[in-house]
Amino acid sequence: MPTTADAFNAVAEPRRRQILDLLAARERPVNELVELTGLGQPQVSKHLRVLREVGAVRAREEGRRRLYRVDAEALRPIFDWVSPYQRLWEERFERLDDVLEDLKKEEQGDVDDE
Amino acid sequence: MSMTNERKAELTLPAEDQILITREFDAPRHLVYKAWTTPELVARWWTARRGTAKEMEIDLRVGGRWRYAMDADNGQEVAFHGEYREIVPDEKIVSTEVFEGAPGTPEEAEANATLNTATFEERDGRTLVTMLIRCPSPEVRDAIIASGMEGGLQDALDLLEEVARGLDS
Repeated sequence: MPTTADAFNAVAEPRRRQILDLLAARERPVNELVELTGLGQPQVSKHLRVLREVGAVRAREEGRRRLYRVDAEALRPIFDWVSPYQRLWEERFERLDDVLEDLKKEEQGDVDDE
Repeated sequence: MSMTNERKAELTLPAEDQILITREFDAPRHLVYKAWTTPELVARWWTARRGTAKEMEIDLRVGGRWRYAMDADNGQEVAFHGEYREIVPDEKIVSTEVFEGAPGTPEEAEANATLNTATFEERDGRTLVTMLIRCPSPEVRDAIIASGMEGGLQDALDLLEEVARGLDS
């Protein structure tokens, strides 16, 4: 049974994130993903298999084609899991931006009336 | 600022016991390094918006100790400490990190220390900060990520269970 961490790892891999981005735009068959990513078909199929295992991507048959799409509902908990921790760091970094602005002014010898 | 998007912190999990955080800053790296290693400057950013800085102790040499403590908005003290393992001024800091509020004994908390590597790379006057957090186990890694949850660990565990059930079906 995949854990949230497994799912997150699956979607965090850069190539798989690229595939998710492409599928988020619209449903696509494998050959289109092969063309757009420049990867070989076996690699694309392998990435799709990993994404399907964690529920991030679903497939349906249409005629003799198989079309893939993102399952946004399945992805949400994964991002919910990580995002508070990421937000903590983002809050720290926004404050660090302010500290750095002050340091830059100091270094340039700017004396303003703030 | 129009750069907000490209300056957003990126978080990835490169291995089951690791967390990688990257963020670009619009400042040369010697200033980022200074803000990262000067107690009164760290006090201004490390607390995020979640409390008041109490003690920022930085003994910046190999084997030296650091400790950051704040009074969180819920009245509790939140503190971390560790030891510097490697220091390359303006470039790299490797240190351990222990969460003092972790469940269990202080010895157990020490055993769950992470090894953090912060690197600072400058490009065209901007600085990319990369933080790799290596945890002693996947469980510690997951506990750290869950610690960001506003509702606390139990909510996180409930959510994990719910997610796991969803993935299983």
